[in-house]
Amino acid sequence: MKGTTVFLGCFMLAASLLGHAQAQTTLRMTWYSDGNEGEVMSDLLRRFEEQNKDIKVVLDQVPFKAINENLPVQLAAGQGPDLARVADLGGVARYTLDLRPHLKDPAYFETNFGPFLEWMRVPGDTTSIPGIMTQLTLTGPFVNKTLFEQANVAMPGEKATWEEWAKAAKDVAAKVQAPFPVAIDRSGHRFFSLAISQGAKIFNEKGEPAVVDEGFKRAAQLVYDWHRNGVMSKELWGSVAGTAYRGANDEFKNAQVVMYVSGSWQIGQFDKTIGDAFDWVAVRTPCGPANCSGMPGGAALVAIKTTKSPQAVARLLEYLASENIAREFYERSLFVPGHLGLAKKGLEYKDASPQGRAALTVFGEGVAQLSPVANKLQGYVNNRVMFNAVISRLGQAIVGEATLDEAYRRITADVEQQIAERNKQ
Amino acid sequence: MARSPIIPAATESPVSKVKLAERNGTFQIRKVLTSIIDWPMAALQRLVGERGMAYVFLLPNLIFFGLFVFVPLGINILYSATGGAALFPADRPYVGLDQYGYLFDCGSYIDPNTCREDHFWRGVTNTFNFTMFQVVTMVVLSLLTAIVLNMKIRGRGFFRAVYFFPVLLSPVVVALIWKWILQRDGLLNALITSLGGEKILFLNEPGWATFWIVFVSVWSHMGFYTLILLAGLQAIPADIYEAAEMDATPRWRVFWRLTLPLLWPNLIVVVVLALIRAVQTFDEVFVLTGGGPGTATLMVVQYIYETAFSNQVQNFGLAAAASVVLGVVLFALTLIQLAFTRRKTS
Repeated sequence: MKGTTVFLGCFMLAASLLGHAQAQTTLRMTWYSDGNEGEVMSDLLRRFEEQNKDIKVVLDQVPFKAINENLPVQLAAGQGPDLARVADLGGVARYTLDLRPHLKDPAYFETNFGPFLEWMRVPGDTTSIPGIMTQLTLTGPFVNKTLFEQANVAMPGEKATWEEWAKAAKDVAAKVQAPFPVAIDRSGHRFFSLAISQGAKIFNEKGEPAVVDEGFKRAAQLVYDWHRNGVMSKELWGSVAGTAYRGANDEFKNAQVVMYVSGSWQIGQFDKTIGDAFDWVAVRTPCGPANCSGMPGGAALVAIKTTKSPQAVARLLEYLASENIAREFYERSLFVPGHLGLAKKGLEYKDASPQGRAALTVFGEGVAQLSPVANKLQGYVNNRVMFNAVISRLGQAIVGEATLDEAYRRITADVEQQIAERNKQ
Repeated sequence: MARSPIIPAATESPVSKVKLAERNGTFQIRKVLTSIIDWPMAALQRLVGERGMAYVFLLPNLIFFGLFVFVPLGINILYSATGGAALFPADRPYVGLDQYGYLFDCGSYIDPNTCREDHFWRGVTNTFNFTMFQVVTMVVLSLLTAIVLNMKIRGRGFFRAVYFFPVLLSPVVVALIWKWILQRDGLLNALITSLGGEKILFLNEPGWATFWIVFVSVWSHMGFYTLILLAGLQAIPADIYEAAEMDATPRWRVFWRLTLPLLWPNLIVVVVLALIRAVQTFDEVFVLTGGGPGTATLMVVQYIYETAFSNQVQNFGLAAAASVVLGVVLFALTLIQLAFTRRKTS
């Protein structure tokens, strides 16, 4: 009798657990982090699971390189996760799921993420809602203010040009023995902020890429000359081959860089790691003959079309996109919000230091300075083809393997060939 | 003179083997296992014949080899005849030999700047230069080290282990450690500045970068080839050297006339293995220099990897064509090794 009771009890327990397990949906989210946003997301997901016991979310944190190189192959093979945080929005667009039919309030997404949804869509698509922006980013310089003070050199003003900043940074570096007067990430995305300020149009009248124009050449010449005259060190642009990314955030954190041209995603990292080692500030993007525009960008959390649980994915994204949760995510990660409603209301960034808050304000104000060309480039589906061609070929010119004219010829050819290859059916 | 009868060497009696098995209880187990295996093997042998049984035993390995070597090789060749950005072959348009045409589209093969795929040809040139320097240095140093380690020196066992230790390390770990040593504020520059010198950007000057990739590669792999040569040296009969010593032969002549010729088969193996490995170099160089500065240390394998995976438009067809070309070169090297080995054996 006792044995029968125990057996029945175990059977009922197992049945209930099995029932529970069967009802629970597991979602996989592939994620990369620039700063602490992985921890923030883990915390938010834990709370989501508490409120939604039928959904479990597994957060796979991977390096940024894996997002750019491994994930596209996975997605092409039909093997991807349910959601992924991606930076190459145009490149991944064809693998994303339109969540519109599964969302309770698609209009909310249109209102708050509208302009950025275009970046996530394939050409010709004007209605799908593939995901939300985990951050809006803007390129721009960070300056080691302490080095300027030690060198007794005045920082250039708000409307200063790239040349004025380069001269000032070089003066400071010479006096304080800093090895990097100016450092620009080895990234085509960063380069184009310089190029657009110099008047680069990037597209022709038909909207096709026409990368090398007078504005582009002015920017390329600047970068080339800076490497020749010591404003920029070859350790970034000249150090690696091909399309490899190389940043100078470690060098900046170690006070080796006077002016570091990167972007707003670095604020969280700098705020946490620099501390009171030195004073750093974000400054407005230097001006060129055409404008003082940076390059927008950002990362999006998108749903993948191979997901077996679109409804659950929609519920998760609705949760993450909700005002309170999105506010918490942006504030704790120190990100410029990619949510228009929150951007209008403003965020408090309670966890940020005064330097971090000031930097976020500068970048937030820079959004208004964005050139339409910059917005168009960011939304162009083949933009990474152009970014990669630029850093690969300019890198060769900088180390002397090619002349600038050869680099221009190669950039044009590379872009044409790669786009032609992509369009082959 | 009468020949002494041939007395066979004493062997263990089969009867005593059975008694031993009976004693340790394994006899029954062996009997059961044998009876299970025996009848299907006998049936198979009746089907395929005695000679066919050899192929039956080779089949599992052949299947494994086929699945993981020949099938991917075939798929790779198929990819090299297709274009587009799709992943699956069925979705890719057939382009014939176009990809090979792009690779070999050059004004002059000596000047990569005249080539459509200039990075491929830079990779070929860099790989060739790297291979020449690295293999010669590797073989010479390995030989010298093997000779020294073959002598009766104090701590010989310790030194053998020390020279082999880098072989056990992951190439990524090796490259990272050397990168930290060689970077602007690394150990080596700290030493140089402490001696009053100026910092040298070892990984940002093409000449230095090339030197260091050869150095690091030799340092990390030398132990393996030293071991092969050491085994070859130890196989040389000592009486040959004794005879040379009695003849008062100079040392250099002993090395040139005795050691080298007798070590020749091992040397050929070492040279060809080193060549094949050098042509395939990727991980250490990629971590140490990333192919830079510029494309000064860009190797063919890195070109293949970047073409297939790093570019936004992942050009699997072009990368496959480049890897087929590389495979042909490696196959040619392997044939050379076989030819040398066969000639020496005969």
